[in-house]
Amino acid sequence: MTLKLTRRLSLALAASAALAATAPAFASDWKPSKPVEMVIMAGQGGGADRLARLFQSIIQKENLASMPILPVNKGGGSGAEALRYLKDKEGDNHVIMATLNSLYTTPLRTDIGVNIEEFTPIARMALDTFVLWVNADSDIYTLDDYVAAVRASGGQWKMGGTGTGQEDSLVTSMLENEFGLEITYVPFKGGGDVAKNLVGGHIDSTVNNPSEQLGFFTAGKSRPIATFTPTRLAAFPDTPTMTELGHELVYDMQRSFVAPAGMAPEAVAYYTEMFEKLNASEEWQTYTSEKSLAPDFLTGDALGEYFLVEREKHASLLEMSEQGS
Amino acid sequence: MELLGYLGEGFATSLMPINILIVMIGVTAGLFIGAMPGLGSVNGVAIVLPITFIVPPSSAIILLCAIYYGAMYGGAISSILLGIPGASTAVATTFDGRPMAQQGKAGLALIAAAAASFVGGTISVVLFTLFAVPLADVALAFGPAEEFALVLLAFTTFVGLGGDDVLKTIIMICLGLVLSAVGLDLISGDPRLIFFDQPGFYSGISFLVLAIGIYGVGEILYTIETQKSAPQVTPAKITFRELWYGLKEINKLWKTMSFGSFLGFFVGMLPAAGATPAALMSYGIAKLLSKKPETFGKGAIEGVAAPETANNAASTGSLLPMLTLGIPGSPTTALLLGGMVMWGLVPGPMLFIEQPDFVWGLISSLYTANLFAVLVNLALIPLFVWALRMPFTVLCSLVFVLCLVGGFAPSQKLHDVWLIVGFGVVGYVLRKADYPMAPLVLALVLGPLMERSFRQTLIAEQGNMMAFVERPISGTFMAIAALFFVLPMLKHVKRLLRRDLSPAE
Repeated sequence: MTLKLTRRLSLALAASAALAATAPAFASDWKPSKPVEMVIMAGQGGGADRLARLFQSIIQKENLASMPILPVNKGGGSGAEALRYLKDKEGDNHVIMATLNSLYTTPLRTDIGVNIEEFTPIARMALDTFVLWVNADSDIYTLDDYVAAVRASGGQWKMGGTGTGQEDSLVTSMLENEFGLEITYVPFKGGGDVAKNLVGGHIDSTVNNPSEQLGFFTAGKSRPIATFTPTRLAAFPDTPTMTELGHELVYDMQRSFVAPAGMAPEAVAYYTEMFEKLNASEEWQTYTSEKSLAPDFLTGDALGEYFLVEREKHASLLEMSEQGS
Repeated sequence: MELLGYLGEGFATSLMPINILIVMIGVTAGLFIGAMPGLGSVNGVAIVLPITFIVPPSSAIILLCAIYYGAMYGGAISSILLGIPGASTAVATTFDGRPMAQQGKAGLALIAAAAASFVGGTISVVLFTLFAVPLADVALAFGPAEEFALVLLAFTTFVGLGGDDVLKTIIMICLGLVLSAVGLDLISGDPRLIFFDQPGFYSGISFLVLAIGIYGVGEILYTIETQKSAPQVTPAKITFRELWYGLKEINKLWKTMSFGSFLGFFVGMLPAAGATPAALMSYGIAKLLSKKPETFGKGAIEGVAAPETANNAASTGSLLPMLTLGIPGSPTTALLLGGMVMWGLVPGPMLFIEQPDFVWGLISSLYTANLFAVLVNLALIPLFVWALRMPFTVLCSLVFVLCLVGGFAPSQKLHDVWLIVGFGVVGYVLRKADYPMAPLVLALVLGPLMERSFRQTLIAEQGNMMAFVERPISGTFMAIAALFFVLPMLKHVKRLLRRDLSPAE
């Protein structure tokens, strides 16, 4: 009963807020009335997961939200599980979702009845970077070594990554195209699993985000070969960029938050403000520099437009990778 | 020696009065959270995590581990008393815990669960203390092929067991595997088996929903039928003498419990597995090794002890990849990982070298958390058993409500509630037809893991099926699996031979 009432109340609030669309005074009025669910579009232990959990803990520690934030992993089917879930949560003011590039790629690849345009953009926190990694026991030190080794394997080279058609597989097909290689792509549940399997010797190379390999890298168990960034990363000053080596391969991963369609504007304002404060926090700023992330804060309509531009870009990337395979 | 020094320092921290108080609060809270259907250690840890930022990291991790352990103990309580798994990890505990409660042995079952949890927890913590760092390499050695072989091994322990109908077991495993395929394809993301176009099926079928339906609702239907409407009170009471007798009974279960501890720790350690598969596998193996396998599922005390030792051992085991590799083995450890990142600790291979204070404080707190959890649990058993003395009509409605709430709470979808009711009816019918339920739950738990590892291996090895046999670890598992499959048949043949011979004598 109460559930229905609050639902109606929030609808009424939403309607009145829509009337007074430009009244930011509403922002401070709305507060979550129960714990907020933070859906994560990936499995446990990967880059997206770690980051989402970091956000959650900073929010809790700095008291940026009046209610606890509960992270929930829904990584199945390259994030399709999470996308479907968010679609079903239409009008819910207590769900936000931590996204990655599979926000575009998954609905592009399979028809799961989700149009990301309908989601409410909240905030982009950072752009994550990609690095080519091999096991530290291998004889590969340079990009040339790498290309030669892949060629010599005759199509047996195992590249581990997250789901097919996701970021890692796009970067892999970029490599295949650029160097005319043939690589066997093995999909895993999450970036953490991928990193572990590289160190365990079950796959030959990965394109993990720096944060996913950093632990193994500092322990001397994995080796970066080249980065897919415009400039060198502070954490790996000796690792060249692909561009430096004469190959125009640059790819990044957005780390953003979206909310279900039809979230009340005052709730949107609440979460936007929460992430603004998060963006300004010292922990987050330190983390980005240590983990080679580019903090790049963006909100509202500008973020919505960015999503659409990126979706176009990924549509052509996907086409390229499908032709390649 | 160095190890003992570190551990001593750790104990100096965890035995401070304030930290002992924290442990007491944590295990008690965890016990109740775990006992509530639908709430598990994940929820407990998630709710408490923000509070931990106001106390020093060492106290914070002690509190979180205490809740984690307390919930592991608590999960067994509703499994035994009400037949509803209190947490996903306690699914296997319902198999024999519930029948024991119906026979008026609820107290004994609860004591067995508590004692088994303690043994599992303690043995695994000792293993953790001694071998954490070298064992990280074992976790690394497990690739997709090894995972597949391990899962297959788990299945074979359930097939062809003495007492059960082999064909029915295989049918139930297949049914479970089909249910596990519902949802989105693990690798391509394509939707499959979306029955009646219901969006609820996109996220798959949760095995907890299946277990609550079959064991909770199905059980109620079955009980109503067998007892008609005669008001019946389970004659459950407990005295200190019974407690003592119970503990003596437990003493006979050493073999089951030590096996369960090692198995649980080992399976928990593998990032892809966790406490639920560990408990199910331990149950299967206990049944396989038992002299009286036919008593399993009908109230065998080993059937309670085996999964309970394993799930506690696995909860310790899953801390290992989290601390040494930075990869959480369970949803709860993923939350702990989040907390550690916030405290400025970097989990991974360097943690043991760079942060010995924290690591050893944590390890020593596992010992104290375990000790207090068993004490609090044993002290509260009379209270829990007392709850069973309600008239059957009241208890029955209460259990039904708890089933629905427990199924709704994790996903907050009405879809799951309907599934529970549906599975309840199906479970009732299947039970009347004498089909075993445990293999069905096992298949749904392990199905996704099995499918993923199978497909990964074949992709990586260009479709070469021999890959599963050629690799040393997975090859060994495959051989053991084959042995487990054949062993019960040999037993059967032997029995037949003996029967043929005896009249001749």
